[in-house]
Amino acid sequence: MTSSALNFTFPFRDLLGIEGLSASDITNLLDLADTYVDLNRQIDKKTDVLRGRTQINLFFESSTRTQSSFELAGKRLGADVMNMSVSSSALNKGETLLDTAVTLNAMNPDLLVIRHGDSGAVALLAQKVSCAVLNAGDGAHEHPTQALLDALTIRRRLGKLSGLKIAICGDITHSRVARSNLLLLNAMGAQVNLVGPRTLIPADAERLGANIFHSMREGLEDCDIVMMLRIQNERMQGALIPSVREYYHLYGLNREKLGFAKPNAMVMHPGPMNRGAEIDSELADDTEISLIRDQVEMGVAVRMAALEALAANLPNMMQSGGTC
Amino acid sequence: MSEPERAFINARLIDPAQELDTNGSLLVRDGKIAAIGTEIEIPDTAETLDCTGLAILPGLIDMQVFTGEPGEEHRETLATASHAAAAGGVTHMVVMPNTTPAIDDAALVDFISRRARGTATVRVHPMAAITKNCEGQTMTEFGLLREAGAVAFTDGDRAVMNALTMRRALSYASNFDALIVQHALDQDLQSAGVMHEGELATRLGLTGIPVAAETAIIDRDIRLVELTGARYHIHQISSGESVEAVRQAKARGLAVSCGVSAAHLMLNENDVENYRTFAKLNPPLRSEDDRLALVDGLADGTIDIVVSGHNPQDAEAKRQPFAQAAYGTVGVETLLSVLLSLHNAHGLDLATLIRAVTGNPARLLDIDGGTLRAGAYADFALVDLEAPWIVDADALQSKSKNAAIEGRKLQGKVEACFVNGHSVFDSKMETTK
Repeated sequence: MTSSALNFTFPFRDLLGIEGLSASDITNLLDLADTYVDLNRQIDKKTDVLRGRTQINLFFESSTRTQSSFELAGKRLGADVMNMSVSSSALNKGETLLDTAVTLNAMNPDLLVIRHGDSGAVALLAQKVSCAVLNAGDGAHEHPTQALLDALTIRRRLGKLSGLKIAICGDITHSRVARSNLLLLNAMGAQVNLVGPRTLIPADAERLGANIFHSMREGLEDCDIVMMLRIQNERMQGALIPSVREYYHLYGLNREKLGFAKPNAMVMHPGPMNRGAEIDSELADDTEISLIRDQVEMGVAVRMAALEALAANLPNMMQSGGTC
Repeated sequence: MSEPERAFINARLIDPAQELDTNGSLLVRDGKIAAIGTEIEIPDTAETLDCTGLAILPGLIDMQVFTGEPGEEHRETLATASHAAAAGGVTHMVVMPNTTPAIDDAALVDFISRRARGTATVRVHPMAAITKNCEGQTMTEFGLLREAGAVAFTDGDRAVMNALTMRRALSYASNFDALIVQHALDQDLQSAGVMHEGELATRLGLTGIPVAAETAIIDRDIRLVELTGARYHIHQISSGESVEAVRQAKARGLAVSCGVSAAHLMLNENDVENYRTFAKLNPPLRSEDDRLALVDGLADGTIDIVVSGHNPQDAEAKRQPFAQAAYGTVGVETLLSVLLSLHNAHGLDLATLIRAVTGNPARLLDIDGGTLRAGAYADFALVDLEAPWIVDADALQSKSKNAAIEGRKLQGKVEACFVNGHSVFDSKMETTK
């Protein structure tokens, strides 16, 4: 497959979040991602859309899945991909976050994929570099490609997003996945229920355009999709919830609780899963019900679409055409 | 060997301490105000300055200024802070004790006073720590610290968290009728919080600080004031609920008073949109309803004091992800302009506003100042009450440029400032420099 001109304009230099994207921006990205799903299932998965481009994956927080998904996406588009993991200790040596950005910028990357543990850190870095920046997760703020891949997964399985009812369950307070999904699903006309114990639901969450529930029975009622979030162990030792046992009893997804949702409701999880903490292991592996593997596959396609959409806005894109 | 007398004529004279707001003249002799009023006699030998179009106000007392001296002089020294203060018409800076080392010993109070006399252009009054190293554990020597010149006691930007320690501090301070000043923010409730808890914090993915983190300390302390009969002041309140708590305490006749920062009167939580770290303050900027309640509380006298909370931070400390960035804004230079803007734009009573930065802090801290009475030190500001200007952080005198109100339009500007009758700031000279 050879490079083809984008048939839409993505009106942003960076992809820092879902906030600010219109329904048509989202639809364009999903449509493009659809074509990459097909490509990724062929034997020859390579294109040259990003040939000559340099993509740096800058991860201040370790993440095997997201980083490898971005790496594969870049490579399949023909970019040169470099992974940089910056441990917090490197920053403690005295180099500030912005020093790191300036250093990297001097290497003239075209695309910078950044994950950072602090909300707003990716936007801060984006101000200091001259390339296109993709947010691969910043603190508890946003994780836009996760929301896009979730949307693509749902759209391919149920044919639409508009009019669906989707429950997002678990640790909403600390979840960038929940925020980005809420923004995207609202923009696309889906209804979102946020479900979790009061200690894990942030203040005024209902004003973000969601219905809030504290029981799975009420929160899952009539839902087409049940999206479970990862619960981190350090939050389950009495600080925000008393124990894993109690959490699983009240909020862990099993077949019985899934029965509160619509018949044929599907289950999603951004991974990595804590089996037996937020989700029943056997349920997670049931491909009739679980979309978890689809999500991983869609992740690569969505990231290819996002990389291409941003690359199309880079200056000197025409030079690769060689028209003299 | 007295200097020539100087007469400032044709000025609008504003001194709430004398309920004075009239056109007239001010005569300065030997560093003191010799006469003030409409019909005063100006000696022929006096040097006269025509102040037509300008007002003369008592030099301001800023009751909460953080500097980096000693320990972090790269942020601000007493000298650089004093230049900023003079440019803002502030002739008295009350400096906080949470320095490195903390001002928790009489020798250190003396150090601040000596450094100030040697380097600063305005008067400096140190507050001393309530507890050793501001750690909230062991009480400091209130008696010795007072004799050394500490005007009040506070742990700076940390609340005394232990209720028993606080009870004992209040009780012991009442021996001397000393003022205990609290930073009302419960550290446990604050936890990892960095901004006002609410919709915006949720949207930004930042941990919120509930209003209850402030009111829990205020409510507790009011009980302890009832128990001990001590004089108690809160540096800055940030919420409508805190205004109400203080209002009720005052109605019960307790010696409770409070301040608010100029930034909190002008800004609200929305100023941290886009992770703007210059608006990361402690206590945090809260909702617009809270801001309006603070303005009302100031207007009706519930809030006694307006402070700048001047807290200089170098660029590196602010150029960080929001949660990592330092708290604080500079403000000693813009304190008066913010108040005049509130008067000009929103009709707040001018005398009430001026009193909150002159007579009220002078009374609470027993400082000889804050008035233009004949016989007082000639500490005053010449002010164009209506001059419009835009805050340009780089043009501020402070060593650090972290101004939360950067880019804001203000109305009212200090033209000149005098301490002991000597000029410490002149805008004309600044512009020609």
